[in-house]
Amino acid sequence: MTRVLLPTHLRSYTGGAAELSVPGQTLGAVLAAVEARHPGFLIRVVDEQDRIRPHIKCFVQGEQVRGLDAPITGEVQIIAALSGG
Amino acid sequence: MERPVPTTLLSVSTRKGLWFFRSEDRRTWTVDGPHHFGAIVYHTVLDPRDGRTMLCATRTGHLGPALMRSTDAGQSWSQVASPPTFPKGEARGRAVDHVFWLTPGHTSQPGTWYAGTSPQGLFRSEDGGERWEPVRGFNDHPDQQEWVQGDQDQTPDGGKTHSILVDPRDPRQLYLGLSGGGFFSSRDAGASWSPLNAGVAMDFAPDLPEGQEQPFGHDPHCVQLHPLRPDRLWRQDHCGTYRLDRDLQDRWVRVGDNLPREVGDIGFPIVTHPRQPDTAFVFPMDGTSVWPRTSPGGRPAVFRTRDAGATWQRLDQGFPTAQAWWTVKRQCMSADQGTPMGLYLGTTSGEVWASTDEGDHFNRIAGDLPHIYAVGAATPA
Repeated sequence: MTRVLLPTHLRSYTGGAAELSVPGQTLGAVLAAVEARHPGFLIRVVDEQDRIRPHIKCFVQGEQVRGLDAPITGEVQIIAALSGG
Repeated sequence: MERPVPTTLLSVSTRKGLWFFRSEDRRTWTVDGPHHFGAIVYHTVLDPRDGRTMLCATRTGHLGPALMRSTDAGQSWSQVASPPTFPKGEARGRAVDHVFWLTPGHTSQPGTWYAGTSPQGLFRSEDGGERWEPVRGFNDHPDQQEWVQGDQDQTPDGGKTHSILVDPRDPRQLYLGLSGGGFFSSRDAGASWSPLNAGVAMDFAPDLPEGQEQPFGHDPHCVQLHPLRPDRLWRQDHCGTYRLDRDLQDRWVRVGDNLPREVGDIGFPIVTHPRQPDTAFVFPMDGTSVWPRTSPGGRPAVFRTRDAGATWQRLDQGFPTAQAWWTVKRQCMSADQGTPMGLYLGTTSGEVWASTDEGDHFNRIAGDLPHIYAVGAATPA
């Protein structure tokens, strides 16, 4: 199981929870597992061409990853980066 | 003669959320909001066929889009199960940034809705907005990329597909507007499309030889058809105000030439009177020099024609008379079904203005809201 840390922007999907644990060997599999539990989450983070949204940053074990095929080597943190006013 | 009106529900979509204003008499208003607080709300539409289903197009600065759905006229919301998306893996690699425009379908097709997106695309739902499919006859038309001038090089905040219209006589007759790209018609429910722009100026393109016109590439800001005379369309374009009578000729007539020269005929919204095909309302903005897009001279005014655009009357009673530099965007002016007709507008400075006498007088019913993106007057069940 992988620990996933969520920014405030996404906690409406988890009933306010800041983190959860889901299975998955890749970032894509982990995010899909979150979607399975909390429908509607994934389209906010990843577009229909499997690209991470421009103002969303994903880190695995502290390293930023840019693709859904990134292997899971530790906890996943999703961060909402600067997006203007 | 004034007669009682049903409850009027104004939806006010803003850059920071959605507000409702409700009235039983169009004089006193109760505010309800914010809904979807912090989200950019592009458009909110109540389905006139049932008076309960409401769709609301949102996204936030960080997150992707969320199309929200209500079955109790906006009291409670859930995110739709399958929102508008382009096909995964398609060659153009398009992804919906946001839904910009929502249109309920024909009265004979309950549950059918249309959505226009940025980047430009057309989508259809047949289950009341819960699940959406691309209208491939438009999105994948071999000329579509040329019509929309590419998927990336677009107007500020992305290209917009808007003004999706359904002919009340024939659910197969559809129209849509592209900013930029022009105005298009489909006679076969979206399977094929053709441009409908003859007569419309294109001041932002080089002149063509005498007698030639660009078939597309225009920038219609807002187009409406009259429900009682569906061959009549009104168009507020980047390059003027136009009327089209398709039963006479498929050529737009620039009725904005009859607006005062010092005001001009550039603007975003255009609204028709629900019962009078010759009556329409525009809100001109400054389209001179560097295009400030403010009320001309800082003096806001609606202009109304009652004779199909031959003459226009300035309507500014109640508005500030000086130093008011706001404008009104394309989805931000709306008419109700009352008698006399009510007219509502929302400004870029977060004010909502209402008239209960077809524009003769305006009262400010809200101020200090965020930048307003859409105003819709509706009658809930």
